[in-house]
Amino acid sequence: MSVRHALLALLSEGPKYGLQLREEFEARTGEVWPLNVGQVYTTLQRLERDGMVETASGDTPIEHDALGNVPGAPQKAYRITPAGSAELSQWLRVPPDLSSPPRDELVMKVLVAITVPGTDVHEIIQAHRTYLVQLMQEWTRLKEDEDGSDLAFSLVVDAELFRLDSVVRWLDAADGRLRRARADGWAPARTAQATMPALARRRRIGARQQ
Amino acid sequence: MSVLEMRSISKIYGRGAAEVQALRDISLTVPAGTMIAVMGPSGSGKSSLLTIAGTLEEPTSGAVLINGQDVERMSNAAKARVRRRTIGYVFQDFNLLPGLTAAENVSLPLELDGMSARRAHLAGLKALEDLGLGDRARHFPDQLSGGERQRVAIARAVVGERSLLLADEPSGALDSANGESVMRLIHTYCKRGTAAVVVTHDAQLASWADRVVFLRDGRIVDQTMPPAGPETLLEQSS
Repeated sequence: MSVRHALLALLSEGPKYGLQLREEFEARTGEVWPLNVGQVYTTLQRLERDGMVETASGDTPIEHDALGNVPGAPQKAYRITPAGSAELSQWLRVPPDLSSPPRDELVMKVLVAITVPGTDVHEIIQAHRTYLVQLMQEWTRLKEDEDGSDLAFSLVVDAELFRLDSVVRWLDAADGRLRRARADGWAPARTAQATMPALARRRRIGARQQ
Repeated sequence: MSVLEMRSISKIYGRGAAEVQALRDISLTVPAGTMIAVMGPSGSGKSSLLTIAGTLEEPTSGAVLINGQDVERMSNAAKARVRRRTIGYVFQDFNLLPGLTAAENVSLPLELDGMSARRAHLAGLKALEDLGLGDRARHFPDQLSGGERQRVAIARAVVGERSLLLADEPSGALDSANGESVMRLIHTYCKRGTAAVVVTHDAQLASWADRVVFLRDGRIVDQTMPPAGPETLLEQSS
């Protein structure tokens, strides 16, 4: 995932050094997403190439980092440009394009398991369910120990719990749907032939993007 | 010795062609201070598991032990004592009594059990203060929010140092913030030594438990392991 907009957001507070940007990013995201300093510099270079940031000149006051230090020289400090501010503003306001469903490995596993002979798809679903709930237990453990004062951390942990929860809920729905279908006498198709309604559906979803 | 032990519990409802096997050979141990969550689709037997654990229903076969004592071998008086003093219930239809204040609702089970009205009232007030609901003590249930009512119901179930809490969807229709505060509350009581069995369809709420047990067609099909220390997850991501 690109961190360019997060860096622009940090720079919108004032000029900063690369290392400082890395530290602040991690601190402000609850220390849950470690950021490689190389990625920070690469992103800054691209932002500079795109005119979103520029190197701050010597007479510009540089913000001290959280510890009150000016990070050791020689280092380049970066500053956001008007184009960068506009880009940041645009990114905040405009919803991302979520219209193309990503290929999901778990969904694929379940679809495949239905057709592989000798496979009990319900066992596979249960194995994944147990794994996911176990992971959720570990994340909730972190929440228990936290008193709510690190808001960013709480937000990020919540996001992860909701993400894993949504997969568990899909597994439950899939489990139920498969059982009811089997009870109604459904069997997996052996040949891959897109039906007319299915093709028409796909074209309609694509059309919305234009 | 565990607070609750269920040994090879089976439950059959009905007879002959109409027979329904709700539980098949369920074995479960809940030590003091632990929370077990039970998840499963409708019809998996979760509610039967809870009513049998709570001695409100008899199993068809198998044994339920409360603090090491076999429930089947108890006299009716002893069973009633267990239900009054040892077990706390948070079931969907055990609502707060609308004609009593929050404090009176919480202290009622203690008074019914023979505690003096004054002591019971003080215990009830303390329980509410612990929940941060001290200023709601004299409110009636219809003056409380859904989340507050649920938390008062849990206080009522635990007051008097009962050792086993049985809850069926304790967060019911609450939003996620309120649902979380209900689970935090149960978790706090468990840290003080209460054993809890919570039935829920919500994985986020179940994740507050030490162990999650999955039921399907009356059987335990899997369970999670108790999680390791909190360091593990964050270490893995760096």
